[in-house]
Amino acid sequence: MPERVATLSPIRLSVNGREYQLELDHRTTLLDALRENLDLTGSKKGCDHGQCGACTVMLDGRRANACLIFAVAAQTHDITTIEGVGAAGNLHPLQQAFIDHDGLQCGYCTPGQICSAVAMLAEVEAGWPSAVTPDVAAGPVDLDESETRERMSGNLCRCGAYVNIVAAIQDVVG
Amino acid sequence: MSGTVGAPVSRIEGLSKVTGEARYAADFPLAGLAHGWIVQSTIARGRVESVDAGAALQMPGVLAVVTATNAMRLQDVDDGELLVLQDQQVHYRGQTVALVVGDTLEQARAAADGLPVEYQAEPHDVLLSASHPRLFAPDHVNPNLPTDTLTGDVEAGLAGAAVTVDHTYSTPAEHNNPMEPHATTAFWDGDRLTVYDSNQGATRVHQALVRLFGLEDSAVRVVSEHVGGGFGSKGGARSQAVLAAMAARMLGRPIRVVLSRKQLFSLVGYRTPTIQRVRLGSDRGGRLVALDHQVVEQTSTVYEFAEQTAVFSRVMYATPNLSTSHRLVALDVPTPRWMRAPGEAPGSFAVESAMDELAEACGVDPIELRIRNEPVTEPEGGRPFSSRNLIACLREGASRFRWAERDPRPGTRRDGQWLMGTGVAASTYPARSAPSTASVSAQEDGSFIVRLTAADIGTGARTALTQVAADELQVPMDKVEVRIGDSDFGPAMIAGGSMGMASWGWVVVKACRQLIADIDRCGGVPDDGLVARADTADDIAAQADLVRHSFGAQFAEVRVDVDTGEIRVPRLLGVFAAGRIVNAKTARSQLIGGMTMGLSMALFEESLMDAEFGDYLNHDFAGYHIAANADVQRIDATWIDEEDDQLNPLGVKGIGEIGIVGTAAAIANAVYHATGQRQRHLPIRPDRVLSP
Repeated sequence: MPERVATLSPIRLSVNGREYQLELDHRTTLLDALRENLDLTGSKKGCDHGQCGACTVMLDGRRANACLIFAVAAQTHDITTIEGVGAAGNLHPLQQAFIDHDGLQCGYCTPGQICSAVAMLAEVEAGWPSAVTPDVAAGPVDLDESETRERMSGNLCRCGAYVNIVAAIQDVVG
Repeated sequence: MSGTVGAPVSRIEGLSKVTGEARYAADFPLAGLAHGWIVQSTIARGRVESVDAGAALQMPGVLAVVTATNAMRLQDVDDGELLVLQDQQVHYRGQTVALVVGDTLEQARAAADGLPVEYQAEPHDVLLSASHPRLFAPDHVNPNLPTDTLTGDVEAGLAGAAVTVDHTYSTPAEHNNPMEPHATTAFWDGDRLTVYDSNQGATRVHQALVRLFGLEDSAVRVVSEHVGGGFGSKGGARSQAVLAAMAARMLGRPIRVVLSRKQLFSLVGYRTPTIQRVRLGSDRGGRLVALDHQVVEQTSTVYEFAEQTAVFSRVMYATPNLSTSHRLVALDVPTPRWMRAPGEAPGSFAVESAMDELAEACGVDPIELRIRNEPVTEPEGGRPFSSRNLIACLREGASRFRWAERDPRPGTRRDGQWLMGTGVAASTYPARSAPSTASVSAQEDGSFIVRLTAADIGTGARTALTQVAADELQVPMDKVEVRIGDSDFGPAMIAGGSMGMASWGWVVVKACRQLIADIDRCGGVPDDGLVARADTADDIAAQADLVRHSFGAQFAEVRVDVDTGEIRVPRLLGVFAAGRIVNAKTARSQLIGGMTMGLSMALFEESLMDAEFGDYLNHDFAGYHIAANADVQRIDATWIDEEDDQLNPLGVKGIGEIGIVGTAAAIANAVYHATGQRQRHLPIRPDRVLSP
């Protein structure tokens, strides 16, 4: 049997405006690096498979599943986690709206939902269409309830808070 | 001071959850923490012949390979699923056969993935059928209810009925799938074990660990401040807690064991598939003369769990002749257990579908049919109800849903490629309480701390209990801190069976009243504070023998694509009679959440058994679809004012489960109304719509 050697690499991560120098196993996902090495446990592991969205973070402002990215591959990006979206006393409007509209129950999917929603609003702002956009060439997207549901469907919620999540996002959109 | 009970209060821990500060069981950093990864059997029945740990132990950072040959011996408990790694037998595919522990998650997992395990396989039996030769009548059904009941003579009743309905309905295996996979972080401080564990009640996990490891009560602490959902699958200890505690003891280090999403499909329970024959007999006006509900379902060979699917029929409708039965077969499958509204959720699908068929056969409106069959007392047993407001829910819902405008003819409304229909179903769930303990302490500064081993798995219990305590103590909510999820606070009921608020609220009220009496007696709060403790065991034992149930009415509107068979649900409405509602905001969320899971049950959820390998093969969120945001449109839940002084001091009935009861039947009945084709098997997949 060939000798197996753990391969560690120096990795630089930029998270929530802070630079981190780490020595990590190549196999470490960004999600595990955040949770196990940086103690940023707001990003949750729901499936480790890219199917539930609980680990959603932003890379250069775009939403991504942190479980599907190796930490070594995330070095060139500015990473934003829920801890960087807003904290007590300085909440993002979406965080406050989730509280006000009770867009959460157990709260486990919530950081991912909020990161996803923050980036989703930027996608809408940039004019990106979705599968339910009636005319993809028509210019600005009207983020109605149907568009909101479609664009938030990468974030599963087993408690069934979707109705209130949509209400929270609609409230922020105005 | 005006009370807060009943008000729409935002959940107290909302801020910590929206900022990511709330720590769940796998979120606690500990110095020297190592990670355990479970290795699962790849056969469904047989024996583990050998586990070759040699190569794994040579891998850098791998600390241990725990198998049946070197695992700590555990003391016997009544749940075989917790006696993990105690022998070589394999009872189902996916059973734990080893735990690999490594310095890091990556190392543990890589070693586990490559661990050579040799088996002696035996033929397995994993398929449920109504004609299975090993069907048997269990001693009782969950939690401790009669397996069979009989009132009158059902065969004679059916023979003499003017109208009969006789159909078989089925529901598939369904997996709870809370978003937070089961997780435990365990460490020992000398002989004292502490676990951060994801569960619906730290008391039960505490009791299990005390017994398994042969410890004193005071030697185990279970902490579960935030829990990412459970839906029944975290109702008791699960094996990851045992494995983490065992490995931490063996290695002298803190150990974390987190299940993968895939592992949840084998190791923590699921809803049994059910095959249900329902026979109804009535007069021409739809008044029942007989009801027979026969259920076939499965359990495992490790632990007998008999879902109480037919109990729905024991409380719903008046009939002189009523029989219910449950038959079980122990298969080489993972152990089924509680999943949201065990019994009532699948049982209501069959009976409420059959009632819709009877309404159709009699030419009676389905709401009117239910009103005509409203019982005065419990149909099976004859005990009085503490309160029963099903008819009020049906009428309120009919008004809000504009039911009166409905054309009853099926298959007649079309909008382009969409057929449209509406349906209704009734729901119910028991309103029980269980003994709990709590303490309330008065602080010098005029604030109060309530301590009890309640769990907030997303229900809003922490917030609701704060409201209850604030009202009892006659102070604003910000003067009360409710601490939960810590077994050191003493035994309490789990968040299960819709019994949380009824049980915890009761003991909090009692403790608060005791404290106020003590303060009065002392002429104020002494300098060193004052603590009152309460236990509701005697109060609950002294309750009158009544039938206590919540009731509800579920309404659904569907659109069915005639080309693809896709079903959309533009509108769901639930109206419930569930006693007093403590928090109007979180209660609405919880009821809507239950209805959302009911929609998911109706249209999507189905765990498929692979007969060849003996395993549920669609074990991830790609293969096992739960309702996503785009699957849900308008869902509203509301309730009628209901006062019931025969429940508990708060008058609450519990709302965790009734939201899912009846939802699938309402949707199935709406699909019939839309298409004219009856759907008797869940989920109502497009292929079933196109080829009924």
